[in-house]
Amino acid sequence: MSDLVERLGSDARRGVVATYIAGNTLATIGVLLVLVLMVLALAGPLLVPHDPLEQSFLSASQGPSAESWFGTDSFGRDVFSRVLLGTRASLAIGVMAPLLAALFGTWGGMLAGYFGGWTDRLLSRFSDLLMSFPSLLVGVMIAAALGPGFRTAIIAIAIALFPRFVRLARAATQVVRREPFIDASIASGRGPFAIMARHVLPNIAGPLIVALSLWIATAIRLEAALSFLGLGTQPPAPSWGNMIREGMGDLVGDPWPAAFAGAAITVAVLAFNMVGDALRDLLDPELET
Amino acid sequence: MSGYILRRGLEVIPTVLLVLTLVFLALRILPGDPAIAALGEYATPEAIATFRQKLGLDQPLWMQYISFVRHALIGDFGVSMTNGTSINALLLDSLPYTIELALAATLIGIVIGVPLGAWSAVRRNRAPDILGRLFALAGFSLPDFYVGVLLLIVFSLHLDWFPMLGGGEGLLDTLRHLVLPAVTLGLVMAAFVMRLTRTSLLEVLRRDYVRTARGKGVPERWVVFKHALRNALIPVTTGMGIYLLTTLSGTITVELVFSRPGLGQLLIGGITARDYTMVQAGLVVFAFFVVLVNLLTDLLCAAIDPRITLR
Repeated sequence: MSDLVERLGSDARRGVVATYIAGNTLATIGVLLVLVLMVLALAGPLLVPHDPLEQSFLSASQGPSAESWFGTDSFGRDVFSRVLLGTRASLAIGVMAPLLAALFGTWGGMLAGYFGGWTDRLLSRFSDLLMSFPSLLVGVMIAAALGPGFRTAIIAIAIALFPRFVRLARAATQVVRREPFIDASIASGRGPFAIMARHVLPNIAGPLIVALSLWIATAIRLEAALSFLGLGTQPPAPSWGNMIREGMGDLVGDPWPAAFAGAAITVAVLAFNMVGDALRDLLDPELET
Repeated sequence: MSGYILRRGLEVIPTVLLVLTLVFLALRILPGDPAIAALGEYATPEAIATFRQKLGLDQPLWMQYISFVRHALIGDFGVSMTNGTSINALLLDSLPYTIELALAATLIGIVIGVPLGAWSAVRRNRAPDILGRLFALAGFSLPDFYVGVLLLIVFSLHLDWFPMLGGGEGLLDTLRHLVLPAVTLGLVMAAFVMRLTRTSLLEVLRRDYVRTARGKGVPERWVVFKHALRNALIPVTTGMGIYLLTTLSGTITVELVFSRPGLGQLLIGGITARDYTMVQAGLVVFAFFVVLVNLLTDLLCAAIDPRITLR
């Protein structure tokens, strides 16, 4: 009997340790990948082996070789250089859109949670409505209104992510609102906006930052989808999504540009997903995975 | 229950009106004259005036709005700005392709996702679970249209098992054209369904009644399938509405990959050609499906789970 208990105990322990290490290995890989991506995004133009915009019809649609590692596209442009430079557009939108959504969403959520009543009903109703639509569809709607482009992609993705931050900030604000130090602050004559900025925001920032990191992966995926549909980053500037779009034109003759650009999207989304998951596990160990 | 259905049904009215208003306004904040967009920069003033009159663009904004809402509510979307064909006819042609794809993908997602999630939960932290979780991670990280491109390269270009492009004619050909797009979206959906099933089943397996069932000697197979899985599938069923909508929006990109002449192609084509009436119609129809699926999901939830209070 004691033998059985011991075996169970060690098995369970091994399980916990294994999960722990597995989680951490994934997290470590994720963090390293994210760092590499950031360096590539910042230093991309210095690192590219060829001019990503230079066309050469003599060397068009060639597969991978020693000269161009990922081959060339149908305009003869170096795919490796384009994928590398595409990191910039994808990461810029992938980080800026959630930041914008977090900024407006946090204030929206704080207003709703702090004032309650009609402000709350209006803001909550609006975010519920927005959230009942799939993000890509919201993105397409916004792009239809603003016309295709880099800026449109940022605004569209920010609007699609906005309600998630409203919800989160609202719930957290409702909890903080009941704390005695808020009442004390009101009694001392501070206005509601000053209270929100000074007392509410610092107390709800933690979960919002985690949410921000989790939505970067989604934002990168949305940017790729919008650019693939021709609504995001516009050619000739390379972005992973529009490279797949261009690659679709000659998939029979040269599938490499589309294949490599898609692989880049996958790696980036995977990396940010791994980091986001690790952050969430770290801050919420109770959560069953 | 009937009171709940009525109330939930009435809630749809303000939502629909708000969506119609947003669509109407969204397309009017765009700089530039739709008449010039449709006719080109060198159109004569007379041609532009005629065009504007024909489409009612010369009327005040509020009259355009009322006319738009009235027509949208009875499902009359007018004619395309760029080629003058009836939009309703175009919608009727394209809708089956999109609906077939979304439903087939959902079916594939459930058929793969539920067993995989259950297997993964029962064999927690062992090989099936690790494989299952890798599958889910891949499903969350691979964009659906890229999965489509890869399937297209392998199964159409190299193996030549499935036709490459289009929607197909006749039953058999249509099905053959449906396989790859449906598998594309189905695999991505399966990842979501798998993870939800796994989490939910793990949760249920820890409950007291499961322990009681095990304690009184019920075989493990029965405990899992009869006692646990049935309850674990409630959140999976209610989550299906969200998956169906994600899949519906996924059809937009996947239709482009496989050149399926569906609703997404119509909408994106309209945006590219700056065909306002077409974009309006496409957005309204997509929004209609979103509202409908959300309504049905809520009603389904209330019907299958008696613990949900009908407020």
